[in-house]
Amino acid sequence: MSKLMFERPTITRLNPGVPSKHGVGTVVAPLPFIDGVKVDDLLDKYGSPLYVFSERTIRKGMEDIKRAFNLRYQKVQMAWSYKTNYLDSICRIFHQEGSWAEVVSGFEYDKAIGNGVKGENIIFNGPGKSINDLEKAVRNGSFIHIDHIDELFMLSDVCQRKNIEARVAVRVNMDIGIYPKWDRFGLNYENGEAWDAINRIMMNPKLKLMGLHTHIGTYIMSVDAYRVAATKLADLTYNIAQKFDHHISYIDMGGGFASKNTLRGAYLSGEDTTPSFDEYAEAITSAIINSQIKPDKLPTLILETGRALIDNAGYIAGSVLANKHLSDGHRATIVDVGVNLLFTSFWYDHKIHPVSIHSGLVEETTIFGPLCMNIDVIRPSLMFPALKRGDRFVITRTGAYNNTQWLQFITTRPNVVLIDQNREVHVIRRAETLENISANEVIPEYLG
Amino acid sequence: MLIKGNIALSENGFVFNPSTGDSFTLNNIGKEVLMLIKEGKNISQITDLLLGKYDVDKISLERYLSDFVNDLSVNNLLEE
Ligand SMILES: Cc1ncc(COP(=O)(O)O)c(C=O)c1O
Repeated sequence: MSKLMFERPTITRLNPGVPSKHGVGTVVAPLPFIDGVKVDDLLDKYGSPLYVFSERTIRKGMEDIKRAFNLRYQKVQMAWSYKTNYLDSICRIFHQEGSWAEVVSGFEYDKAIGNGVKGENIIFNGPGKSINDLEKAVRNGSFIHIDHIDELFMLSDVCQRKNIEARVAVRVNMDIGIYPKWDRFGLNYENGEAWDAINRIMMNPKLKLMGLHTHIGTYIMSVDAYRVAATKLADLTYNIAQKFDHHISYIDMGGGFASKNTLRGAYLSGEDTTPSFDEYAEAITSAIINSQIKPDKLPTLILETGRALIDNAGYIAGSVLANKHLSDGHRATIVDVGVNLLFTSFWYDHKIHPVSIHSGLVEETTIFGPLCMNIDVIRPSLMFPALKRGDRFVITRTGAYNNTQWLQFITTRPNVVLIDQNREVHVIRRAETLENISANEVIPEYLG
Repeated sequence: MLIKGNIALSENGFVFNPSTGDSFTLNNIGKEVLMLIKEGKNISQITDLLLGKYDVDKISLERYLSDFVNDLSVNNLLEE
């Protein structure tokens, strides 16, 4: 006779009339499949933990954002923000969907070229471009987004010496009424610094001003902030046209749209509070259309949306290692996914689902990673079913920043798989080995 | 090990402690274990019973039962 499925025995205190901070009636739905593929099969075959990406979700996100903006504005160009996720297969899906590349280092630049992006479709941002990076990008016809005055002089110098012409844009920072202010990057609007740089560029025969850029921050919940930012860039665009009779070809609004993740400690779920692409699109496009720019001179609108396009498409599946009682009687579950693999657990209260059906009863639990360090907390407190050692779970919306900011710490990083639109599973980054990690180490002879 | 005499346990897994006013819910296995304790079974008898019935190994089961008993005692449901 086969035995019944076992679940840890639990007892949970009820506080009538006083909903816990998790609210009443918390339900934790199981997640046995991702895109029609059994999570158990994935973990059996590719090991635990495991990063899983859904190609269908990526393409759907691109479709949604393009629809929202194209409906309201004629010329829209997406540029995939490499730092958000530069696994080559992921980048290539975005490029297939028509995205250019937005990069912030020579390393990312070379990755984009390797992914088949034409130089003239690469936007080169960031404060740390080297002279060699600049020369290469200029020769390839890429857009150089000038971050600070020193860079403007450096670029001008390279162009003079090599007798080459650069296509440039100015990264502008500005007060948009939200904090923290991102004034570390770019040239300031209010104090005239940006206008000063624009004038210097316009008078420099080696520099061709193509556009204006801003990136007002990340996970920006306020569509009004975008309205203000787009208005200011449109004003600059108009002033350039007035003074120089020069019509720039694009306004680049950067990234920063919020994903549907919930910020750590937020009372309401990101699913309820995050603005839709339509709302962001309405704010940005109406600000540009309603500006003084003549209708036949409206610039292309570039978007470098990162997390809002990839968070939803990424998952981490893993296994429970142990259960513990902390000294105050509080329940803790230790899992095989640490903050080194899920960097975003510092920002988000990630949703965690058991893979299998459970009784429906949940208890307050802390989820710890396996790193033997105090900071290794995946969720400080959530209502979670009683999982046992070996039980499996899936953490959702992990696609942004985790595969670029991950840390190799005390062990190697696991497989990354992609589920394609026909439910075929492909390994897109093999699990690391000790040899991979040691390959670049050099042992001095006297220690040999 | 004894459940306090005045504790009420309902069919569908609700527990009420009239001396503190606290109420609790149990999952199915929690309910089963509490019933067995009420019937006067000790932990090793309960372990054997559950091992025969459920797909679980002995070491894990002992661990979960001791956690559970600890929860009962933290919540003042056991006689000292
Ligand atoms: C210049 C620039 N563009 C785009 C992005 C992507 O931002 P997000 O992921 O918030 O959309 C970033 C991220 O920091 C950035 O610095």
